[in-house]
Amino acid sequence: MSTHFKKKSKPKQDIPTASLPDIIFMLLIFFMVTTVLRENEVRVRTQLPAAEALTKIDQKRLVSYVWIGPEKLPGLQLGNTRVQIDDALIEDLSGVRSIMYRKLTEQPKLIVSLKVDETSEMGIVQEVEQELRQAGTLRINYSTTRLVQ
Amino acid sequence: MAGLLKKKKKRESEIPTASMADIAFLLLIFFLVTTTINVDTGIGMVLPPPLDEQDPPPVRERNMLKILVNEVGQLLLEDNPSAVNLVRDEVKKHVTNNGVDPNYAESPTKAIISIKTSSQTPYSAYIDVLDETWMAYFEIWDSEARRLGFQNYAHYVNEVVETQDRPNEVRERFPAAISIAEPDPQN
Repeated sequence: MSTHFKKKSKPKQDIPTASLPDIIFMLLIFFMVTTVLRENEVRVRTQLPAAEALTKIDQKRLVSYVWIGPEKLPGLQLGNTRVQIDDALIEDLSGVRSIMYRKLTEQPKLIVSLKVDETSEMGIVQEVEQELRQAGTLRINYSTTRLVQ
Repeated sequence: MAGLLKKKKKRESEIPTASMADIAFLLLIFFLVTTTINVDTGIGMVLPPPLDEQDPPPVRERNMLKILVNEVGQLLLEDNPSAVNLVRDEVKKHVTNNGVDPNYAESPTKAIISIKTSSQTPYSAYIDVLDETWMAYFEIWDSEARRLGFQNYAHYVNEVVETQDRPNEVRERFPAAISIAEPDPQN
């Protein structure tokens, strides 16, 4: 019995910590790899105008984006003003209506965020707005940056 | 020389790794803290429903403040050439007129701001005008909230509308009726 007691008092109480950094690094690398910074590549340039009267969109899942701006061409060149929804450039603007109508049936509280390049002309913006009206997606948001004075 | 060689052999070559976990944690926490999930900001608008055969309700001329933006971003405010920085005061004067000046609106609830652009108007010019118009309303709401005894409009919304779930009286008294005019039919 006495030998038994002696054994009990001797066990090592340290948890091996040599592999802890590896575990942490693994976590770090896992999150770095799985983090997606941008879901879809924007193929038009959208340099947003600045404004003061801002409202925030807190619920990101309600938002659908429409990008309007000059198309990015290879070699830092800019092409004609194009409209992009999700990851596709829209060839015929009347297609906007059906795309937005489909999105609206999936999310009735849809907010359309218009990311329009500041050099664009109002003509194409108005055409897109008319399509949005026809689709019934009436809540829009002109995306702008904060004006710093 | 022999003594020097012996010393070299004895040197420990291990790097202490006990603090490695702390360094990794520090990195992790640094990135967690500095990462900002960018919130979308912008100017919110509600488009009018599509036009049916019926005409929109008639609006009295004095209740409508017409702002025209032309192809090069110049402004016409009620048929007078103007500048962007004058829009805010003009909108405030129009909305808070309460029927005093016959050129401005009868009451804040009847006041309408109409912004009309041509198809060649630069988008930035349009946003500038829209921004000034909204800022005018923000300032009106702020002063109305102060009149009711709040610090500003954001405080009012936070305390009365969101906490007590009461209707937003400030917004009801000064509804921001900003109308984006119908584009002219293309020739």
